[in-house]
Amino acid sequence: MNCDRTQTQLHAYFDGELDAVTSAAFETHLESCSECQSVLASEQTLRSSIAKANLYEKAPASLRRAIAAKLPAAPNAPVAVVQPAPSRWRWLALTASLLVVATLSWQLFQRFAGPQRNSAIAAAALDAHLRSLEAGHLADIQSTDQHTVKPWFDGKLDFAPPVRDFPNDGFPLLGGRLDVLDGKTVAALVYGRRKHIINVFVWPANASARAPRSGESQGYNWLAWRNGGFDFVAVSDVNSTDLQQLSRLFLNP
Amino acid sequence: MLEGEERERFESTVLPHLDAAFNLARWLLRSPVDAQDVTQEAVLRAYRFFPTFRAGNARAWLLQIVRNCCYSWLRKQNVFEDVNEIEETALPVEQSTPESQALANADRERLATALQNLSASFREILVLRELEGCSYKEIAAITGKPIGSVMSALARARQQLRDWLTQPSRVEAPREL
Repeated sequence: MNCDRTQTQLHAYFDGELDAVTSAAFETHLESCSECQSVLASEQTLRSSIAKANLYEKAPASLRRAIAAKLPAAPNAPVAVVQPAPSRWRWLALTASLLVVATLSWQLFQRFAGPQRNSAIAAAALDAHLRSLEAGHLADIQSTDQHTVKPWFDGKLDFAPPVRDFPNDGFPLLGGRLDVLDGKTVAALVYGRRKHIINVFVWPANASARAPRSGESQGYNWLAWRNGGFDFVAVSDVNSTDLQQLSRLFLNP
Repeated sequence: MLEGEERERFESTVLPHLDAAFNLARWLLRSPVDAQDVTQEAVLRAYRFFPTFRAGNARAWLLQIVRNCCYSWLRKQNVFEDVNEIEETALPVEQSTPESQALANADRERLATALQNLSASFREILVLRELEGCSYKEIAAITGKPIGSVMSALARARQQLRDWLTQPSRVEAPREL
């Protein structure tokens, strides 16, 4: 393998993703590059084998029926939990495990009412994060300048959120918006991390210091911490190390 | 909007992509049985978030949710591969069958086995491109990767698939087909 285009342009050309000019330039190159010719021929053979093999698997009718039966009348109504097909033993096991879960969660609730509360906030933060990823909903104020973002919150919140930008640490500030978390209006700061988006939700803390907590849900990581009279929850699809790094930047004066 | 209307809108914009959702889950999870459970969970989840979906590409939106559910499921099952680690492993190339012949003769079983032996990130990108016909832009939106990485990941995924198919003596990992 000597021609570096076999790893780049060739595939974009093969997939029809090149613009007309680049495509024509690649075709000129192709005429004189036997390596690209051979890779392209292999790709074409592979593609037609894949097409012939009929690998696409359509949703079974049983899945369609199960979904139709489980969709509530309205999107906000509670959705039934996915359960395996019932059989007598499964029901028995399910009942038993529900009992265990109920007992355990009651005990946990008794002992750690705080953490439970914390994960409820995390769930709300995850929902808010997903909502924000919808087109046009990420930021109400788009600016990489903390001195533009910070004043924007003035008069919109009854507190002044700590707006900071960390471009040199790989967490550039992209903007901010207002969001609602668990019934209260919070500041949402939007940071970039290698093409990923991190939402940091900030609101005034109302009790004594709590240790940072973190978790993972539906492929997203969250990290909650408290500093300088504010509660923070960061949510993103970046890994938890990145979130910890961001929280440390906030903790540094 | 009335409740029934919202459900009808979901049924007409999102549910037509149920096949795409199932197909992605089936290849990501390597199991049609698990794919049913996870697709169902993802669609119900999409329904909950549907009020936040305004307009745009419903297929990419649903596939993004399906992908997230699949990855959480893989993590929960503890079968999650360290994607980056596996991606970088180059396969030894010692071709004994002429490549063109091996590629042309690859049947469904052989292709399915080869595909299932790739890392999750290579499986998903090949499924999205070759089976689902997604554009690079859509793949970028679904996987959260920049377009440039989509292109280079596709190049490496195809290379690995070709290498796999042209090696006759490869030990085939047992997978549920």
